[in-house]
Amino acid sequence: MSRLSDSFARARAEGRGHLTIFITAGDPSLEATAELVPALAEAGADAVELGIPFSDPLADGPVIQAAGQRALERGCTVAGVLDCVRAIRARCDLPLAFMTCYNPVLQNGPERFAREARVAGVDGVLVTDLPPAEAGPWVETLAQNDLGAIFLVAPSSTPERVELAARLSTGFVYCVSRPGVTGTRDDLPAELFDLVARIREKTDRPVAVGFGIARAEHVREVCRVADGAIVGSAMVRVIAEAPDAAAAVERAAAFARELAAGKAPAG
Amino acid sequence: MAAVKRGYFGRYGGQYVPEMLAPALDELEAAYEACREDREFRDELEFYFREYVGRPTGLTYLPRLSEHCNGARVYLKREDLCHTGSHKLNNCIGQALLARRMGKPRLIAETGAGQHGVATATVAALFGLECVVYMGEVDTVRQALNVFRMKLLGATVEPVTSGTQTLKDAINEAIRDWIANVGDTYYLFGSVAGPHPYPTIVADFQSVVGREARAQCLEREGRLPTKVVACVGGGSNAMGLFKGFIDDREVELIGVEGGGLGLAGDDHAASLCAGTYGVLHGAASYILQDADGQIKGTHSVSAGLDYPGVGPEHAYLKDTGRASYTLATDDEALEAFLRLSEWEGIIPALESAHAVAWALTHRDELTSEDLVIINLSGRGDKDAEEARRVLAGRV
Ligand SMILES: Cc1ncc(COP(=O)(O)O)c(C=O)c1O
Repeated sequence: MSRLSDSFARARAEGRGHLTIFITAGDPSLEATAELVPALAEAGADAVELGIPFSDPLADGPVIQAAGQRALERGCTVAGVLDCVRAIRARCDLPLAFMTCYNPVLQNGPERFAREARVAGVDGVLVTDLPPAEAGPWVETLAQNDLGAIFLVAPSSTPERVELAARLSTGFVYCVSRPGVTGTRDDLPAELFDLVARIREKTDRPVAVGFGIARAEHVREVCRVADGAIVGSAMVRVIAEAPDAAAAVERAAAFARELAAGKAPAG
Repeated sequence: MAAVKRGYFGRYGGQYVPEMLAPALDELEAAYEACREDREFRDELEFYFREYVGRPTGLTYLPRLSEHCNGARVYLKREDLCHTGSHKLNNCIGQALLARRMGKPRLIAETGAGQHGVATATVAALFGLECVVYMGEVDTVRQALNVFRMKLLGATVEPVTSGTQTLKDAINEAIRDWIANVGDTYYLFGSVAGPHPYPTIVADFQSVVGREARAQCLEREGRLPTKVVACVGGGSNAMGLFKGFIDDREVELIGVEGGGLGLAGDDHAASLCAGTYGVLHGAASYILQDADGQIKGTHSVSAGLDYPGVGPEHAYLKDTGRASYTLATDDEALEAFLRLSEWEGIIPALESAHAVAWALTHRDELTSEDLVIINLSGRGDKDAEEARRVLAGRV
């Protein structure tokens, strides 16, 4: 986990934003994922979130859902993603977090899932359909394995829920930019800045904003108030639209470089 | 037993949803709690049950089926006679009244067979609410008539092309819509599955089925039934019937799942009979899944039973032994579809035919001492086209 907190601390110390990029593991293939992560690191990503696909995701928009479906059709499994992480770790030290749904974690055994993720070199885990009220034992499992817990805070979250999520998030707090599922947006809502402020009141942990972040300007804007930005659907789409794996790696790196320009404060 | 956590039935149930939905579920729970014991709300519900749904529905004795079952007295609880043709309207009236109290102008729903979609579109028309129904593309084809009915009623039908394009995917899509439009939208969930508080709310509004059946049976026969039988998709018609008898320990509660082509392969929808503990659509229950936790595709001749999960309270009733669950295959259900039509002049929904099939396949276990109530959850008009196709040549 220290990789994750160090990386946020470094960004803070350097007075710049922190860029996390989400990709769906196994799309277009797990081999490609193992190539993509080092390329994204090289291009200026500070962390990568690897989505472990689930057949019936609730929080994903169409782009990420379709990527997950493709990955599953190609036989992507939790064990396969763990192998992929080991391959990545042989090549780069970028902080890695898992993002998935609870059922794959449950069927692999939460203890075993966490232990194997840690050993493979994962730093944090976000289980999107496990809100704080259901996550008691899971938070302990993560702590025992030195994995950062990441929880979502949404614009509709009540003050009590913001406080709970902030308290339990040992990795970073994932702030959802606006109502809705994952997907790209044109602009960022004003309420977002209030929400970040509400989280800040409750915790010193890093706050990263995701859902709808699609361009360098978004990254820059978000990083004015939050520690970092998370880009998901926009990157997954770039990868999906590439004609082959090699092109996907090249285009993803180019897009990451573009996004990374937003890490520096304006002016 | 240890104190049960809020929203749980033993280890089943809960609220496994993204944070974006948790406040909406809290709001729903608070609104429901306020209505639950409210005289005015209950009177209103009662009014619409009577004046609009057509309750109470009858309890019909089946002479030929009874004779076939060794003289056991076999009755049907006639939910097929509800307005719109199935038990689904009971729940929709209740939840639409709740939505109105909450000031939500827009209803969304998922549907498999289309019965819940039609019932939701109906209450939307009745109360002047906007309505969007999500339906797997595969189901829009096999239940085309219901798509037309929903449109007639003013609803928008959104075909869902992701995943297996059936009920589970329609639920995913409806939940995504809800996440995006949580402020003005009420998600009118159609069964006793899903995150807390849906299993409790839907069971409450369907419990009228069991309450009526119990009173009607006592009046007609002067005794309680020995067995009550219902088909189980998500489990709402079964739970509605079971609720009336759950405290009568001597009454056997029997749920019948969609057995498809049998349990040898994956072509069935028997979550309780063949599933394992897991989390789907916001609740822990029995689900059909692979070793990695991916949800399996299901098969049933009836779209309404074609679902890889089941309501958490059924999972609990199974584990505690209070209810037992079995299955009827496609062929057994079709046989029952034919028999009930020919013998009794009642064309059942293919879903309900699974419950009727139980009596045919278990006749050897029945005696003249038995008194059986089968829930006829819906009428078969919607299935006539599909049945004509699969029964080609037999009618
Ligand atoms: C007539 C009928 N019966 C049963 C069902 C299954 O649902 P449940 O198990 O919730 O009663 C459906 C679902 O569409 C239905 O239309």
